[in-house]
Amino acid sequence: MVVFEKPKALTDAVLHYCPGCTHGIVHRLVAEAIDELGIEGRTIGIAPVGCSVMAYDYFACDMIEASHGRAPAVATGVKRALPDNIVFAYQGDGDLASIGLCETVSTAARGENVTIIFINNAIYGMTGGQMAPTSLIGQVTQTSPYGRDPKTQGYPINICELLATLDAPYYLERVTVNSVPHVRQAKKAIKKAFQNQVEGKGYSLIEVVSACPTNWGMTPQKALEWIETDMLPRYPLGVYRDKDAEGKEN
Amino acid sequence: MSEKVLMKGNEAIAEAAILAGCRHYFGYPITPQTEVAAYMSKKMPKIGGTFLQAESEIAAINMVYGVASTGKRAMTSSSSPGISLKTEGISYLAGADLPALIVNVQRGGPGLGGIQPSQSDYFLATRGPGHGDFHVLVFAPSSVQEMADLTSKAFELAEKYRMPAMLLADGTMGQMMEPVVLPEPVETVAEKPWAVTGTKGEREHNIINSLYLKPAELEQTNLDRFARYKLIEENEPMWEEFMMEDAEVCVVSTGITARVSRNAIVEARKQGIKVGMIRPITLWPFPKKPLVEAADKVKSFIAVELNMGQMKEDIELAIRCKKDVALCSRVGGMIPSPDEVLEAIKTTAGKEA
Amino acid sequence: MANHEIIIAGFGGQGLLFSGKVLAYAGLLENRELSWLPSYGPEMRGGTANCNVILSDTPVGSPIVQHPNVLMVMNLPSLDKYEADVVPGGAIFVDSTLIARKVERTDVEAYYVPATQMANEMGFPGLANMILLGAVIKVTGCISEEGLPAALKKVIPARKADLFDANMAALKAGADCIK
Repeated sequence: MVVFEKPKALTDAVLHYCPGCTHGIVHRLVAEAIDELGIEGRTIGIAPVGCSVMAYDYFACDMIEASHGRAPAVATGVKRALPDNIVFAYQGDGDLASIGLCETVSTAARGENVTIIFINNAIYGMTGGQMAPTSLIGQVTQTSPYGRDPKTQGYPINICELLATLDAPYYLERVTVNSVPHVRQAKKAIKKAFQNQVEGKGYSLIEVVSACPTNWGMTPQKALEWIETDMLPRYPLGVYRDKDAEGKEN
Repeated sequence: MSEKVLMKGNEAIAEAAILAGCRHYFGYPITPQTEVAAYMSKKMPKIGGTFLQAESEIAAINMVYGVASTGKRAMTSSSSPGISLKTEGISYLAGADLPALIVNVQRGGPGLGGIQPSQSDYFLATRGPGHGDFHVLVFAPSSVQEMADLTSKAFELAEKYRMPAMLLADGTMGQMMEPVVLPEPVETVAEKPWAVTGTKGEREHNIINSLYLKPAELEQTNLDRFARYKLIEENEPMWEEFMMEDAEVCVVSTGITARVSRNAIVEARKQGIKVGMIRPITLWPFPKKPLVEAADKVKSFIAVELNMGQMKEDIELAIRCKKDVALCSRVGGMIPSPDEVLEAIKTTAGKEA
Repeated sequence: MANHEIIIAGFGGQGLLFSGKVLAYAGLLENRELSWLPSYGPEMRGGTANCNVILSDTPVGSPIVQHPNVLMVMNLPSLDKYEADVVPGGAIFVDSTLIARKVERTDVEAYYVPATQMANEMGFPGLANMILLGAVIKVTGCISEEGLPAALKKVIPARKADLFDANMAALKAGADCIK
């Protein structure tokens, strides 16, 4: 009896992520959601620039690599061309909340029927640990060596809260993956975000507060604890918009 | 569809794109090409197509990238400053070998520049508009009829060679009305085995990508692409010759300045000056062959253009500086009059006499 | 038929581009070679506006009219700007309600039509352009008068179709000014 196997929506490619990086967990959750909804054959994923840029090798569905920040625009194009397909973008914090913030807000404001998976680990991983739009106050990074100072480097951007000011988004939830119960909740949220699209409900974004032990300079274990002690106070978990719960169909 | 209709150049582009099977248009307002977007916003909803006013030029070209990834025909249109913004996306389209149409109805620059006609994006278009080593097909219409015909041609060749195409018009071509016979509608667009449409569980996944971290792999994609470019340079240059049979002076011009030059040439001929014109219709691939042939026959060339001599350099390269190439140009939205071109022709002819 | 290189100029909002389109569509219906080129940009929104129309029996080269043989002007700056460009023997049509001065050139034909005043008296204050155009067509024969109704139908947008009769009446009133 098989009690644990790899989701079919993942290829056999070996992930390149660092030890303790939570991308692997989130990839798996996305793949499980695709498997359980039986949509792999019609799903198109978009991986823009960031640590997950090579996600096109890991997901077994059709994939597009996009330029930095533009995944929501590419997703819009794909969805408009193939409205019956399922389209998701998998973006990091620099991509989604900095260089691509315009596309993020505009795509959400249009209520495009797409699913956005947002990895918020408060740092630029791929380029080696620079300050992100979501870096915490006081957080030391390569480009904030004295700690993020709001006077010169501003405050973190809370994406779920920001997008919740818009009318169109259907579902916005912030989750994390630093413990088994949190992973279970993240899975539920991600699956719902895909389910919403299947049902034509509109824009869903799941923000996953994630760990980057390498660039945080921590052990994997310590990084998961740091999510709890430092990240979550700034980025509270929870549902920021759910039109199902509000009883408002589009 | 053979009935002649009166249309603005910008409208002719839009209608020709629809007839070519393009059902996805993304754009951002900018003078002097806004009629393309206005036309699309009226027509697309009625034929089940997409018109989307994007949040930016950058978003628009990336929406085009998304549609192109699915194998469907997509386009965006803009004018010079907007094209600068699109160049990132054009580079990605080229790197991922995706066909798409980008319309540039040029205005004067640099910077915000002006809104009157210009051809000053010649370098930008012909040298590969964006980072990296690549080309896009570049078409330079000189009439409203060509605005329509070259739109169809651009979609066709972009798909044939899997690369972006740019329709490089000047503001005059976009704004003027002329009688035009619209092209026949394209009923079916070829299947694209490379497109992302969902695997349906029937094939390996397709990947649209321009990232190659292994240098040898990336080198090979460049070499393959340039092998295709070589074929294009052999097979696809387009040009028109006017009164070249016995010409001793050869005017080279495109777009509105080719129209102005035509008047000047007719007048010069009346005055006994043997002058003709080679009008490049594709700017990349540049029609080198007729220029090389002309270089053996004529005494000199004159580039007539709305920039500081950008195409002049291509002429000199094509003929390997075998003959002098004079420049007759106005910039910033100014257009030379037939009299100014005539003067340039006389001066050039006089020097050789 | 002679070639006509026409400049129509005045203020934005006087319907000058529209007048040019009437000529262009009439030319299309007569199967002539033609071009219609507007000025464009912010100047169109209340400032000066002009369009160049070429009607020809041979393919049109430059659509930019450098030396018009027909000039129709509806404000003083336009007369000042273009008067000197008209070819000798050409014709200048002036809305004499809006332009007080006379044409200074003596080698051209000048026609003065109080188009704006006539339009107001006829109850079509927006149609001075068509009155002046009626005079242009009558004098120059640049397009045939028979083709006008069909051309007008092409140019008048569907939502303003009820203005067809008024436009025709304005054209006729302008033509009737020419003895």
